[in-house]
Formats: sequence, structure tokens, C-alpha cells
Amino acid sequence: MSGVPSSSYFSAPPEWGWLIALYFFFGGLAGGSYFLASLIDLFGGPEDRPLSRLGYYISFPCIAVSGLLLTIDLRRPERFWHMLIESHTYRPMLKYWSPMSIGSWALMIFGLFAFVSFLGALADAGRMPWPAWRKVHPPSLLGRFIAVIGGIFGFYVAGYTGVLLAITNRPIWSDTPLLGMLFLVSAASTSAASILLLARGSHLTTPGLFSLRRMDAWFLVLEVIVLVAVILSLGPVLRAWLNAWGLLLVLGVIVLGMLLPLMLHWRRDWLGGLNMPTAAALVLVGGFLLRLVIVFSAQGV
Amino acid sequence: MAEPMGFYTDTTVCIGCKACEVACKEWNQLPSTNGGLNTLSGDSYDNTRRLDGIHWRHVKFIEQFTEDRTDGRWLLMSDVCKHCVQAACLEVCPTGAIVRTEFDTVVIQSDVCNGCRDCIAACPFGVIEINPVSGTAQKCTLCYDRLQVGMEPACSKACPTQSIQFGTISDLKGRAQKRVEQLRQNGERRAYLYGADEQMLGGLNSFYLLADRPEVYGLPPDPKMPTRNLVSGSMFSVLGAILIALIGIFNFRNRGASEREERQR
Repeated sequence: MSGVPSSSYFSAPPEWGWLIALYFFFGGLAGGSYFLASLIDLFGGPEDRPLSRLGYYISFPCIAVSGLLLTIDLRRPERFWHMLIESHTYRPMLKYWSPMSIGSWALMIFGLFAFVSFLGALADAGRMPWPAWRKVHPPSLLGRFIAVIGGIFGFYVAGYTGVLLAITNRPIWSDTPLLGMLFLVSAASTSAASILLLARGSHLTTPGLFSLRRMDAWFLVLEVIVLVAVILSLGPVLRAWLNAWGLLLVLGVIVLGMLLPLMLHWRRDWLGGLNMPTAAALVLVGGFLLRLVIVFSAQGV
Repeated sequence: MAEPMGFYTDTTVCIGCKACEVACKEWNQLPSTNGGLNTLSGDSYDNTRRLDGIHWRHVKFIEQFTEDRTDGRWLLMSDVCKHCVQAACLEVCPTGAIVRTEFDTVVIQSDVCNGCRDCIAACPFGVIEINPVSGTAQKCTLCYDRLQVGMEPACSKACPTQSIQFGTISDLKGRAQKRVEQLRQNGERRAYLYGADEQMLGGLNSFYLLADRPEVYGLPPDPKMPTRNLVSGSMFSVLGAILIALIGIFNFRNRGASEREERQR
């Protein structure tokens, strides 16, 4: 195959741009915040419930924005429902082998769980006029059930976008099977960072904060490992990153978004009280840049 | 189901007249580029540039000449949707807009497509793009409307050299094989068929006779199905989910220890 590193170089770019990169970011936050919140609910103590509530507060607005972004990105937005219903027969439209098809259903179902848990968290915090909604929030049995099922859908929503990119014939996207895993781990780290930022903003001091910070550091370590694995798995296609996008990946995503926050986690006295929020903000910036690089760098090849 | 129908394109007799492009545009009422204000590409005689939502046929001009142009040859090829037996676009389409017809061809139903563009990224040949007028993904239909009333597609009907031949796949394969043998006997050893056997995506219902490597014509040497990554991509994602859950559980289960550690710092 002289001159061309992969057969994927003969496909056409789908012109997925800013809206899709933003969706990948907010979808990751929505799914990640939810599964972190459910993990805290299921394995943390009762004193951590204010922390898990923050996860549900982040998740629902993010998934609502995600749905909006995806709909606007369609060239025929008024036909968004064709993803779910076959428009000729009005039967359900579902292809288990097409990530976009399953993803559309997962988004809708996850959106319902995120909404219910959002209301449950508000009720749990006493911010709802209908305290009965507390029943949908852990530790009630129903609440735990919702957290487990919603958490599984959260994992799916956070990760399927990377698999969707792999189920194409575009360079980079289809030349590695690891993008789903990368997006999933990145969703975990950006979500932990957002919960930490929100906790600081609302002056929360639950003991779970320390666990969450340590978790975020572990997620970052895992993310560095997966990103290096992605780079290695690309083989000759790596040439596609020998440009400004590659530079942004190294400086923006790896150095600024992963290594610097890790250093701040490690050396906690560097910036004093600003250490944690700076690290969290950098993780969020890095997470967004990662999606930007992945989405745009494959378009120009 | 009718017998599978398709195109056999013998690139060695194409003269680059673009009658196929014009016939396709006329029959399918496809709009002109930029309202007719097209610019010259500077790439040989090719101002169509590529297949897209409003160009369902594209004649490629490949100039293989020496530096002083005293020796060389033209490679001309009328490109079109391959109507793959295992079609990547049809496989990923989340709305069911892309269907297989009774002629074993692949057609996008414009009234169903919502313009998500997954098929564009999936097609290994770069055939599909959005038609800006309809806002939907479009490509060659192998003149499905003409086939339904027993007519042949507009492009093959218009082709003056029989470079584009239309017929049943079994008949076309026989004709193509004979032509390859004839060319080889006459000394053109490079002639071969691209996409005629089932090795390539189950067979291309629009296959080619070429006289150079596929990539010279802008064709992938080994096009693949997008779902080849489905199992591995999903497995790695599940592994990621397990690792994340373990990190989460471990950290919150061990919170007592981490708190003590924190107090000591």
C-alpha cells in the first residue's frame, strides 16, 4: 500500500465538528457524573450523600444539552425521531450492531434516569416541595435500583461515542479499538473534576472529597496509560498526528490536562488552596481538548 | 427477488467524455455546483473533483507521463457507488434510510434520512455525501426508478464506448473475465478485476476492470466493514468500565484509611 498507511484513507469526512466535540464532552460528563454519583451512593457512607447529589446535579443538565447538540447537528433536525422510530412503519428502529442506533436509545433511557435522579437529589437535599421524591434516591431500595441501572447506562453513554468512531472507516477513528475506553476513562476524570469543583463552590467538606481527589488522580494515571496505548496502536497512521493537532494533543491534552493536574495532586502545597480547583479546571480543559483533537484531526486527513 | 443487477466498468475503453456524469445529473435532477459558478480544479480535465451528494458519477483522469511528456498513458475511470453486497453504509445507518432493493442494489431513502452522516464516515470508498438541497445523504441509486420499469440506468445507457456496462451480475462477470483474458493475450498484463469476487465486501455489484494498482485510481486496496471494530472496541470499553468501578469502589471502601492518611499529611 504505497504512500497510504491505511485503507481508511479513501473514505470521506462526515463533517462532524464543534457540536459533536461538545457533545462528546458533555455526554461524557453526564454519564461519568452519574456513575460516580451512583458509586458514591452504593459504596460511600451516608455522610457522602451531599457529594453524590452533586453528581446528579451535573448529569441531567449535561444530558439535556447533549440531546440538543445532537439534534441541532443533524442536517434535518426535525427528523431526530427517525433514530428511534422507523418513519414508514412507525415500528421501533433498533440495530444492536450500530453504536449510533443503540446510542440514541441509551441517551433517551439514560436521560430519564438522569431526570429522575436529579429530582431525587433535589428532594434529598430538601430543595423540592414534594419530599416523596426522596424515595427514588438511595439509600431506599428503589433508589439503589435506579442508581445501579442508571449507572450502567451512564457508563454506556460515556463510552459508546468512542466505539461509534471506531465503527467507521475514517483514519485514526477506525484504526484503533481503544477510543471507547479512552473516552470512558476521560469521562470519569472530567466528571470527578467537575464534582470536586462544584463541591468547592458550595463549600462542601464531606470526608468523601479526599477519596474523590485520590480517585481522580488514579483516573488520570489510567488515562495517560490508555492514551499512550491509543498512540501505539495507531502504527503508521500516527503520521496523521504529525501536525498542529498532534501538538495540541501533546501540549494541551497530555501535559496541560493530565501531567500538570497529576503533579498538583502529588504536590499539594504548590498552589495552596488553589491547588485542587486548578487541577480540576485543567482536567476539564484537557478532556475537552482531547475530544476536539480526536474529532477534528480525522476530518482533515 | 429479481436477479442481482449492477455495473461492470471497463476503464480501458473509457474516453473521459463525461456523458455518464451528465446523464446521471439530468435523470436524477441533481443541482449544479455552487449554482453553476464552478471553478476549475487544475487537476487534469477533472473539475467534478469527487463523488458527493450532487455528483453520483465522477470520471477520474489519471495522467501517467514522463517528465517531458513524450511517453505515458491516461487512466480514465468513471467512479460510482459500488453497491457492495456487504454494505458499510447500510450496516451503520441508524434510521433505516439505507435499504437493499430487490435488485441487490443499495439505495438511500431521502424521505427517511435525517442527515446524521454516519454513512459518510462508514463508506470505505468515500461515495456518500450530503446533498445541500435535500439536507440528506445521497449517492447513486443505480437508477432504481428506471430499473423498476425495466429500463437500464442513465449512465450506462449514455456511455458511448460501453465502458459502463449494465446487466445481471453473473452475466457481467462472464463478460469481464473474457475481456481480462483478451487484454492479457494482447500484452496488457496489468489488467485485472477489482471487486468482482466475493473476497471484497462480499462482492461489489459495481466492479471494475483496472490496469494499475487500486490506490492509483483512488480506490482502497482492501476495503473493510466498519463493524470489524465492534467486538474489540466494546471489550476494551467494558474493561475501562471495570477498572473505573474498581478504582471507585476501592477508594470509597478504603475511605477510613485515606482520611487517616490525609490527616497525617
